[in-house]
Amino acid sequence: MSRAEAKRSYPDLGQSERFRYVLRLADTSLILGQRLGEWVGHAPALEEDLGVANISLDLIGQARMLLSYAGEIEAAGRDEDRLAYLRDQNDFLNLALVEQPNGDFGCTIVRQVLIDAWQLELHTWLEASTDQRLREIAAKAVKETRYHLRYSSGWLIRLGDGTDESHARVQASLNDLWKFTNELFSADEIDVLAENAGVAPRLSELHSRWSVRIDEILSQATLTRPVDVSYGWFGKRGEHTEHLGHILSEMQFLQRAYPDVTW
Amino acid sequence: MYTQGLDALGDESLLLPEEELAELEARFQAKIDADEKIEPKDWMPAAYRLTLIRQISQHAHSEIVGMLPEGNWISRAPTLKRKCILIAKVQDEGGHGAYLYSAAETLGISREQMVEQLLSGQAKYSSIFNYPTPSWADIGTIGWLVDGAAIMNQIPLCRCSYGPYARAMVRICKEESFHQRQGFELMMQLCKGSSDQKRMAQEALNRWWWPSLMMFGPSDANSRHTEQSMRWKIKRFTNDELRQKFVDATVPQAEFLGLTLPDDALSWNEQTEHYDFGSIDWDEFQRVLAGQGPCNQERIAARISAHENGAWVREAAMVHAAKQAQRAARE
Repeated sequence: MSRAEAKRSYPDLGQSERFRYVLRLADTSLILGQRLGEWVGHAPALEEDLGVANISLDLIGQARMLLSYAGEIEAAGRDEDRLAYLRDQNDFLNLALVEQPNGDFGCTIVRQVLIDAWQLELHTWLEASTDQRLREIAAKAVKETRYHLRYSSGWLIRLGDGTDESHARVQASLNDLWKFTNELFSADEIDVLAENAGVAPRLSELHSRWSVRIDEILSQATLTRPVDVSYGWFGKRGEHTEHLGHILSEMQFLQRAYPDVTW
Repeated sequence: MYTQGLDALGDESLLLPEEELAELEARFQAKIDADEKIEPKDWMPAAYRLTLIRQISQHAHSEIVGMLPEGNWISRAPTLKRKCILIAKVQDEGGHGAYLYSAAETLGISREQMVEQLLSGQAKYSSIFNYPTPSWADIGTIGWLVDGAAIMNQIPLCRCSYGPYARAMVRICKEESFHQRQGFELMMQLCKGSSDQKRMAQEALNRWWWPSLMMFGPSDANSRHTEQSMRWKIKRFTNDELRQKFVDATVPQAEFLGLTLPDDALSWNEQTEHYDFGSIDWDEFQRVLAGQGPCNQERIAARISAHENGAWVREAAMVHAAKQAQRAARE
């Protein structure tokens, strides 16, 4: 039974807050899918070209559903492509973690494990959201995300518990990227309103489940969990690292150079 | 499976008395003449094996190198739907490479050996992938023309005498024809769009038309392998027959799009009921094959760099697997 059908009643989530909350999820999947697309044709083995392409496709598929839904909530006539291609970086609300460069394959895998474990908890929770559309999207996404985490954690374990070189490389990437995990669980006003409305999970609860899962994976990978640091630049509030601008300038090039045509 | 060096393949045949060999060869040819499939464990002449290894591995390499010119536009596809279609297409090509490497492995060569031959420049891949994709319309044109030409070449291969290759080609052809339709649809959208989009489409067609015709290989008069391959039913039509079929099918499609094929000599011939077309610049074909095409170096450099940058990852995976096996043995 969804939370909407449960006896408890929830305050409504305002249109603008719901729009922004959905955009956060959409942009996170979109930018990560875009990043993974950079690997296709350049991965360490043919099977990895196929695996990474698959995850990229799933993520962009999720982004399309979420962006379309965001456009409907906004009711200003913006469809998935207007939202993806004609917003500037301050209006992108993805987590800063997903815009970080691919680095080597190990770095891509570390980023992927951190976000897959987060998305798995999130999508599992959203299957019972008070928001029907999010429930429907999560029902499909959760199956994909389970596979993504199986893929990424499988690789992190191989690389962590592989050679000295592979261990050192993924440990260094983990140390570099860890600061961006702070954002995943730091609730701001929109997160709290979405949580109160039964639309979104309480991030602190998500954090404990994520932590257990990550500790299990890191232990099998023989990697050391870095110390938490408070890093306050949050992509979900439109405060991005320098990387997003470059992603967008490439991704949006044709739509910007030839405006108002159909592709 | 057991693999051996290419030069050693078929050595066992050399040890057979001449009469026995002649009988094996006669039985082999009779099987082919009766349209039966040759399977990996069947006896086959060394030259048949080598021809197939050469052809299937070249085909696999073409799929892998072919991921690069199209992959060039994944990050810049102009809509999310187009981006998904393109990623899925490039992924299909990787998948084709994987089946084809497996089909070639049934002949006694390993994927590692084939990859080594590609990276060292010893093995060839289709010359078409040495051309650049400077505009989005190149992605549509590759689907329409390059996949279109590939289908002409490959549909007869579904009936090839070697079972594993024929079966791999059935699935590959289905996916290729889907890609061809997607490419044509992309072109249709450009051709009914703005003047900039039409210009993009025409320029891409100008770039890809002649290289697409070269994909069918040298003219019959200069094709070294055709006669023997046809006797072995590896090949069912000659290069020129397939090229003509492709021109005949493509001219009306270009007309439908409102695009002009870059060939002044192109005209319908009432007598032959085929299109006549201008002469192909075989010097260019030879130059591109010899490594002097616009992107030969970039393509191989990209493959080498993926291979080298991935070495530590592959090594770690092997070491981890060995550790796991040791742990399992101790338990």
